[in-house]
Amino acid sequence: MSDFWILLTGSLVAACCGIVGVFLVLRKIAMIGDAISHSVMPGIVIAFLISGTRDSLVMMFAALLFGLLTTFLIGLFQRSGIQSDASIGVVFTALFAIGVILVSLFARQVHLDQDAILYGEIAFVHWNLWEVGGVSMGPKAVWLLGVTLIVIAAVIGLFYKQFKLCAFDPALAAAIGIPVALFHYMLMGLVSMATVSSFESVGAILVVGMLIIPASTAYLLTDRLGMMISLSIAVGVASTFAGYGASIILDASIAGCIVCAAGLLFVAAFLLSPSHGLISRRLRQRKLAAETTANGARAV
Amino acid sequence: MSNFFTMLADPNMRWIFFGCMLLGLSSGVIGSFTYLRKQSLVGDTLAHAALPGICIAFMLTGVKSIGIFLIGATLAGIVATFGIGYITRHSRLKQDAALGIVLSSFFGLGIVLLTFIQHGDYGNQAGLDKFLFGQAAAMVGSDVMTMSVMSAFLVTICALLFKQFKLISFDPGFAKGLGYNVGLLEQLLMLLVVVAVVAGVQAVGVVLIAALLITPAVSARYWTNRLGTMIILSGAFGALSGALGTWISSSVSNLPTGPVTVLAATAVFVLSVLLGPERGLLAKRILQARVKRSFLKENEVLHTASGERMKGETAG
Repeated sequence: MSDFWILLTGSLVAACCGIVGVFLVLRKIAMIGDAISHSVMPGIVIAFLISGTRDSLVMMFAALLFGLLTTFLIGLFQRSGIQSDASIGVVFTALFAIGVILVSLFARQVHLDQDAILYGEIAFVHWNLWEVGGVSMGPKAVWLLGVTLIVIAAVIGLFYKQFKLCAFDPALAAAIGIPVALFHYMLMGLVSMATVSSFESVGAILVVGMLIIPASTAYLLTDRLGMMISLSIAVGVASTFAGYGASIILDASIAGCIVCAAGLLFVAAFLLSPSHGLISRRLRQRKLAAETTANGARAV
Repeated sequence: MSNFFTMLADPNMRWIFFGCMLLGLSSGVIGSFTYLRKQSLVGDTLAHAALPGICIAFMLTGVKSIGIFLIGATLAGIVATFGIGYITRHSRLKQDAALGIVLSSFFGLGIVLLTFIQHGDYGNQAGLDKFLFGQAAAMVGSDVMTMSVMSAFLVTICALLFKQFKLISFDPGFAKGLGYNVGLLEQLLMLLVVVAVVAGVQAVGVVLIAALLITPAVSARYWTNRLGTMIILSGAFGALSGALGTWISSSVSNLPTGPVTVLAATAVFVLSVLLGPERGLLAKRILQARVKRSFLKENEVLHTASGERMKGETAG
């Protein structure tokens, strides 16, 4: 049974992160995903300290707040003349540092240690159950991730056209009257939600892998947005299964193995993709070169 | 404050304190160049990528020696730099996605290896997990010595190659035109970043060492427009952060050094944002107010002048 819950949790993480990750990669702001996944940390810890429970709603709200704060601060420093990557670096390291310090100081109150921040606790997912009136409803993490997935799917589904236009041509989107900034912050809100619900299961740093790697893999395989989202989820789920299998064989961190599997799938797509892969492009070039020389010879 | 002097009274602690200061200084200096080359997050990626290198080096040799870690981390760093460049050049992914991919897959591998080491029977593995967030107080004399030597080495290289690094920071094309081997110099700079990461791994940890490469340099940029001054300031800010980080984390139990150092650097950054002489928020506000006042004054003069004339006209 524990296998089932772990795989389900991992797949839900992959789906949540896969969907929003696509938009991060398309908008060339993948590292903002990295920043948000680090900087929701203090939000989570502060929510623990204030509410005294691991109440998911409070945590979600605090993390959302910190995610938006991160986006806002990065934008603020960027406008004041700091290079974008440096402002990302300054903001997320500072917020992450606050989070780690809070954990070290109040470790006993929050039941979180530094290992949990880094590796997540996906192996213990089936122990933390949600009970309603004494009836067990399954692991809390699964419910949290399920609700997050529904919210993400609903928001993206409702405003699909707007998100699509903002991803590919923000200038045109602004010109025809779409509030680009609003959609930017909305996307960042979704990223924060995906991050915080995945956080407990896979840890702060490996969330980044789930956000960026499957989406990048999908980007190399297709030219259609709808297809890219489905492929991104598929790659994420496949890496969950492969990674979990590998972690059992190797007796190593599950979250780490999942991200490694995602990395390997990326390398495979990078080499073998039929449209954008290294090998197919080389073959096409060679064919083109052969044709050109043949044509040249005929002309002579 | 008395706490500060009791810390300095302990000879081992004194060494650690100066070692961390030197580390902050050298990473501040290197960070200035990476900041100007718009590669701040490359430092972050290389820092995370060092983890699997360190783990593999430990698994192969079974000893916790900073020299061996340096070799492992350097090799991992070279593979990571190569990977980032290769992905950016040979696919349609942009640099940010490439950085994210390399960062997370290397770090994922590092975590796998780390748990592998913890579960396996690698005798003296205790303390390897301290490398994630750093624990300056746990360092011994030889560690501090190596760290100091490496930091001094970094600063020396930067001083010797100041002109070359300055050129490739501002105008790589021109540097190429002058006959410098730009590719080699860029690779060397990356190598120096890796050395800074490895030097800081015990004191600050791989997760947050990037902040020491980024934040002091950004803060220094607020105070000056000259590269030389910026590097000196950045080094000074880094040294200050290292000193504060060591002091505070050693006086409170169970507090990792890395995050405290980062927060010290962030405090310096916030002060710089507020008080920087030309770009700072305060300076900008004062300038705006002054411009507004002088504009209003000029307008008033024009206004009264035209008003006088109109009055004169009606009277006439």
